[in-house]
Amino acid sequence: MKEFLISILQNEILVYCLMAILPLVWIVPFALFAVWLERKVSAHMQDRLGPMRTGGWHGWSQTIADILKLIQKEDIVPAKADSRMFTLAPFVAFTGSYAAFAAIPFSAAYVGSEINIGLFYVISISSLVVVGLLMAGWASNNKWSLLGAMRSAAQIVSYEVPVSLALLAAVMVTGSFDLQEINRAQAGPVWNWFVFQKFPFLLIAAIIYFIASLAEVNRTPFDIPEAESELVAGYHTEYGGMKFALFFLSEYANMFAVSAIAATVFLGGWNSPFGGFLSGPWWGFFWFIAKGMTFVFVQMWLRWTLPRLRVDQLMYVGWKVLIPFSFAVVICVGFWVMLAH
Amino acid sequence: MEETLTQTAAAERPATIPGLGRPLKEHEMVISMGPQHPSTHGVLRLELVVDGEVVIDVIPHIGYLHRCFEKHAENMTNYQQVIPYCDRMDYVAAMNNDLGYAIACEKLLKIKVPERVEYIRVIMAELQRIASHLIAVGTYGMDIGAFTPFLYCFRDRERILDIFEQTCGARLLYNYIWIGGLSHDVPENFAEKVRDFCAYFRPNINELNDLLSYNKIFIKRTANVGVLPPEVAINCGASGPVLRGSGVKWDLRKNDPYSVYDRFEWEIPVGTGTMGAVGDCWDRYMVRVHEMEQSVNIIEQAVEKIPPGDVQSAIPKRIRPETSEVYVRTETPKGELGYYIIADGSASPFRVKVRPPCFVNLSLLPTISRGAMIADVVAVLGSIDIVLGEVDR
Amino acid sequence: MGRYFKDIWEGLYTVLVGMRVTWRHLFTPAVTIQYPDVKLKLPERARNRLYVNMDDCIGCDQCSMVCPVDCITIETIKSTPDVDLGLTSVGTKKRLYVPRFDIDIAKCCYCGLCVYPCPTECIKMTDVYEFSEYERQNLIYSFSVMGQAEIDQAKTKLAAFEKAEAARKAAAAAAKAAASPAAPAKPATPVPSGTPARKPLPPLSSRPAPTTSGPALVKPEAPPATSGPGPATQGQSSLPREEPSPDPETKP
Repeated sequence: MKEFLISILQNEILVYCLMAILPLVWIVPFALFAVWLERKVSAHMQDRLGPMRTGGWHGWSQTIADILKLIQKEDIVPAKADSRMFTLAPFVAFTGSYAAFAAIPFSAAYVGSEINIGLFYVISISSLVVVGLLMAGWASNNKWSLLGAMRSAAQIVSYEVPVSLALLAAVMVTGSFDLQEINRAQAGPVWNWFVFQKFPFLLIAAIIYFIASLAEVNRTPFDIPEAESELVAGYHTEYGGMKFALFFLSEYANMFAVSAIAATVFLGGWNSPFGGFLSGPWWGFFWFIAKGMTFVFVQMWLRWTLPRLRVDQLMYVGWKVLIPFSFAVVICVGFWVMLAH
Repeated sequence: MEETLTQTAAAERPATIPGLGRPLKEHEMVISMGPQHPSTHGVLRLELVVDGEVVIDVIPHIGYLHRCFEKHAENMTNYQQVIPYCDRMDYVAAMNNDLGYAIACEKLLKIKVPERVEYIRVIMAELQRIASHLIAVGTYGMDIGAFTPFLYCFRDRERILDIFEQTCGARLLYNYIWIGGLSHDVPENFAEKVRDFCAYFRPNINELNDLLSYNKIFIKRTANVGVLPPEVAINCGASGPVLRGSGVKWDLRKNDPYSVYDRFEWEIPVGTGTMGAVGDCWDRYMVRVHEMEQSVNIIEQAVEKIPPGDVQSAIPKRIRPETSEVYVRTETPKGELGYYIIADGSASPFRVKVRPPCFVNLSLLPTISRGAMIADVVAVLGSIDIVLGEVDR
Repeated sequence: MGRYFKDIWEGLYTVLVGMRVTWRHLFTPAVTIQYPDVKLKLPERARNRLYVNMDDCIGCDQCSMVCPVDCITIETIKSTPDVDLGLTSVGTKKRLYVPRFDIDIAKCCYCGLCVYPCPTECIKMTDVYEFSEYERQNLIYSFSVMGQAEIDQAKTKLAAFEKAEAARKAAAAAAKAAASPAAPAKPATPVPSGTPARKPLPPLSSRPAPTTSGPALVKPEAPPATSGPGPATQGQSSLPREEPSPDPETKP
């Protein structure tokens, strides 16, 4: 796609900018849709209906109405808050989520930046979100926000390890960090997907990755940083208006980012499940989005089913359950790959 | 130059924290789980002295919902007028409040109510117990983080409220149980509706158990948390599911029966430490779930046996008890509710003193949550199940 | 070690069980309705906004006295014998004008206590529950239908009548006093008492012994007889009532 655009526009810098904006074009409508979907899924699971009025059919424009409302709200910065950090925090959090999309291949023809350390880059840049959360909690001058921020920092940093180890198992099978390469290695019918390879180790790796990624995006059962019933709203208690909308946007963008990684690494990314049938650049985009949305749906499903873990139990699950299992998986897959050669 | 957070905190740290009794140490912090908080079940201020996440002390501050019930009761022009005020104390279990007061006044006046009235009162009180426990269980799940059981519980509670609305016209604050009888007789298809509800509700308890009670995460959050030893519970005057959760088999409906409770067969559920220590939050929660089942048993037995009669035949036209006093205690969903009424021969009471179960149970909170984490304080408070209307009256 | 693996297994298993429950509920129909397009029909006994049918109101003040929050304010003017105010729907003769019948519905606690003592069943709780207002004054409902001119006319008529009555009685008393001595003067209209005088309490007994058996309710003696005059009850109201003031005059 890059070559195609360069041949049309003849200006490399413009093309690079355009390629960089495309994920944003995806994220913003996705976030609007995902918020609506979450409300509808939660409603139907709770025997009710969710938004029904705004826009007519099942309230499809509810989120648009919410964003319009948030935009025109007064921008309040608490008096004793550190206003520079307070204002900067949502942007930092959003940047972390957005930048991760640079290396995620949406299709065989489109990837923001085809670097050969793609996966490594994605994992590291999404840690920028922690910095944003910590800034938000500290700058709010609110003890509850501070608690939320501290918890979230501990949580995200601890769960980086099982995330990386689980992904490392798949990287060992491919031999490359490049996400397009990982995608191409899963070409073919369904059983070529990594989740069925090196059975059962990569399946366990997929489960570990999914659970750890829930912690990365602060979703239940790991949503302590925003535990509504204890901390009111955790690190974003003091935020209102567009800043709050940015936090929300970054959370949903992050949700899709980790789902996209799971889909890419374990479920074949933009590969069609039927092998050659129904594949191609546009079909690839469709399959990729479908797989990503499945994971997003499962994340929502879990949120409305499960209670929340306490912070020390969360650390226990991360350090004492996920990490030993992920080490075991890495060792086993490593042996398998070595012996297979 | 902006003050940093630590400098501000140091300057504002008071010398002695009242309630704690000593000044704060360097690493401690005072957080106010203030009157407006999603988990405090009403307007309750919990002052937490914490060291990081660990709670050193909890100091509850109450009184935000004080509405002078006892003073109002003295100023009403007759005894029946106090009943709407009784409703509003524990507003989620209004039938039980009215029942206690009505029994106390009937004891003062030495009147006996017809059998039909007794049976209907029992059915209403048990339905109300189920409704109150549904709120307790649902909001407890929500405090722990599971949002869905809350809605399932409220959906079931709506059925109960529909039955109440058809009987007396109100959904929450009924003014139904009057001194000497009831305000209305039950509507015609009452028995059928109640039986339908019982049949509908039993499978939902199993669904609740699947979704919440035996969920490993829920068990991890509530087992071995806030353990209340039985001696401490008895010494502090705890009652209701808080007491029974610690293994003490004491229920006023069996140990000091009133109305016609002694005619039904049912069990008293107690906490047995299945998932952790005896007397932890899971036990108290599970006692409530089992009590809902037992209430359904009582209702099914009672609805078969309602005798015919007139529910208003014993309502006295003039209530002027002679100078005397009475103390009557009943088992509400929250515990032992006591009414101490002093009559002085006039048409209004001289003094009505209420012994609210939630107030006494709340006093246990500091004892059992020291050393726990902040999230555990929320869990413990939810398992004690307070309603601020009753704590503050 | 076994405990560790058992916990992990139980954790995964119960999560899946919970997910099955919510998955099933995803396909059950919703239990909610789309208010305000669809509204539930309330049962006939529903207690919501109050309504007073002023044609039937005889001004007895029962509802106002029994209200626990004092949200009903009633003023009455006695009518003179030459005026016929008509009958209520149950056949009682109306003797009082009711120039003021205000209910502060914001104070009302919807207990329904006012409905029972009404002898003509003119005050009712309807099923209207959507009556929010922008101004708080609009929540004070005035049910009286008398205009200011009517009220003034009634007052002047009453004043004139009473003056004439007083003069007549004075003349009759003077004539009687002239005829026979020691005729006791008619007692003045008793002013309705406020809180009844309380008898002094005897010293409180020691704490009553807790009963371990059921409450021993004694078979009732004949219930205390109704005393005091009052409008004829229709057999429905069973609430005890205070003695109504025998001669309600215009209250200030």
